[in-house]
Amino acid sequence: MAVIDHDAALAKAGANVSGFWSQAGFLTRRYPLGAVGAILVLLFVLTALFANVIAPHDPLSTNSRASLAAPGGTYWLGADFMGRDMFSRIVYGARISLAVAVGATLLGGILGVVIGLMSGFIGGWLDLATQRLMDIMQSLPLLVMALVMAASLGPSLENTIIAIAIPLVPSVARVVRSSTLSLREQPFVEAARAIGMGEIRIAVRHVLPNTLAPLIVLGTAQLGSAILTEASLSFLGLGIPEPYPSWGRMLSESAAEYVRTAPWLVIFPGVAISLTVFGTNLLGDALRDILDPRQRT
Amino acid sequence: MVSANPPVIEVKDLKKHFPVKKGLLRRTVGQVYAVDGVTFTVGAGETLGLVGESGCGKTTAGRAAMRLVEPTSGSIKVEGKEIMGLSKGELRPYRRQMQIIFQDPFSSLNPRMTAGDIVGEPLLVHGVANAKERQEQVSALFARVGLRPAQMSNYPHQFSGGQRQRIGIARALALGPKLIVGDEPVSALDVSIQAQVINLLMELQAERRLSYLFISHNLAVVEHISHQIAVMYLGRIVEYADTRSIFTNAQHPYTEALLAAVPVPDPAIKRKKIVLQGDVPSPVKPPSGCHFHTRCPYAVARCKVEAPPLREIAPGHQVSCHLR
Repeated sequence: MAVIDHDAALAKAGANVSGFWSQAGFLTRRYPLGAVGAILVLLFVLTALFANVIAPHDPLSTNSRASLAAPGGTYWLGADFMGRDMFSRIVYGARISLAVAVGATLLGGILGVVIGLMSGFIGGWLDLATQRLMDIMQSLPLLVMALVMAASLGPSLENTIIAIAIPLVPSVARVVRSSTLSLREQPFVEAARAIGMGEIRIAVRHVLPNTLAPLIVLGTAQLGSAILTEASLSFLGLGIPEPYPSWGRMLSESAAEYVRTAPWLVIFPGVAISLTVFGTNLLGDALRDILDPRQRT
Repeated sequence: MVSANPPVIEVKDLKKHFPVKKGLLRRTVGQVYAVDGVTFTVGAGETLGLVGESGCGKTTAGRAAMRLVEPTSGSIKVEGKEIMGLSKGELRPYRRQMQIIFQDPFSSLNPRMTAGDIVGEPLLVHGVANAKERQEQVSALFARVGLRPAQMSNYPHQFSGGQRQRIGIARALALGPKLIVGDEPVSALDVSIQAQVINLLMELQAERRLSYLFISHNLAVVEHISHQIAVMYLGRIVEYADTRSIFTNAQHPYTEALLAAVPVPDPAIKRKKIVLQGDVPSPVKPPSGCHFHTRCPYAVARCKVEAPPLREIAPGHQVSCHLR
């Protein structure tokens, strides 16, 4: 039997190099766009974590003399009509966006995975009932669902996360269910049964890991839409309460009134949202490839 | 069936009917008689070849015998103990006795697990070894089936089809089973690789006194590996005998036709040509009487009304035909 020495071939290509930096270097060469995404996401996360160090001003303190100050000088990115420093507000806004995006995506993702996996693996009446429930939820637009949720829960960070997470559940459940349906008929699942493995263990060990690739792509896309939904909710007064800086609210409340007179109030929060969403999408695409062992060599 | 060795598995009158559901209310409107009363025995260290064309129920028979699909009725005795009616938990110790090798070497291995984890999983599930022992046993299994233990950390896609089938064999061997059901284990492989895998299976049989239920449509392969052969047609066994008798003294018209279809690598040899007319009838509505009468060149009136029982016409040679 011909023995192909994959290890040697891989070592030559640089995949088996040890050490974090050389691995990172290898991945950067292989997925340059993913690296860009990773840098953007890293910047976003670092900004959120060290907001108090980075921001030159208090994001909440007002200054009537600096109202609508143009970018430059003391206020690098200008100031809003209450004279609050835009740069500081955007830096602090990263905290809220990060919390909402990660919190809502994780919460919605976990609920969706559990529901989708049970629905697809057990099947029968449970599947029928949960799928009809998911249909009902999906027939309402994400924002409308989130609005209803947020309105009934009241404005706060936790409630915003919940309000955005619940409408994300059906799409995750759908994706997981459909892969589960095809996976549960695969011979390797039957092989697991033949060695006497329990059904729950089969679902978690053999089915779930094989549904992850589309989930990562979906999850990163949802990071972006969670940020956008939070923006919309905050604009309507149902998301993050004033005066805490939320990119979405900064963007939407200035858009109508100040877009001509003080465009920086619209541009900079918009750039922050776009870069973050763009970064998560690029990273998600690369992660999908990296996490799939079939694409690794 | 006459066999010198104590039986590892005795299957009696095994049936598997799949309901056909239709309409909004999913009412059962009919049954697919996939396996319709199959009886066979595999002795220790022996191979029973189960042959037939696709759709005849041989794969379902193999799975039902392991209770991987739940049989509709029948009796399955593993080393004399009845396993029909056992709960999942009670069945677990018997799972160690019976393992399966699949046809498709690609979909039968989880693409997200390393080869070593795949082979070690049975040991993990049954808690028979700690991590270090498991590592050693898996490494030994790899070496035994002709893989390098260094390949344990590779993923299935990094192996060739034949190598993947060897991983499947190693997984089946891990728990030290008595019986291995091979569901077309070499059909998906190149001919040269087929021979290697068949030889490996035969070596393992000699070494570990394994019993095989070898399901295949390839008569040449079955002849090579089997001690006994059962020929299936539409959910029933039509002829059951030792390999020599089947190949030299086939009694059932269907077996004759199957054998006549095997290519002979010598153009000078003149062969009796038997070409069956028509297709295999639907197992949803199997023909009355003898299932084969619609295509049988010798069929008489009686074949239409009365199903022939499987009779012993010579010691160890059973045929289900009115005319023999």
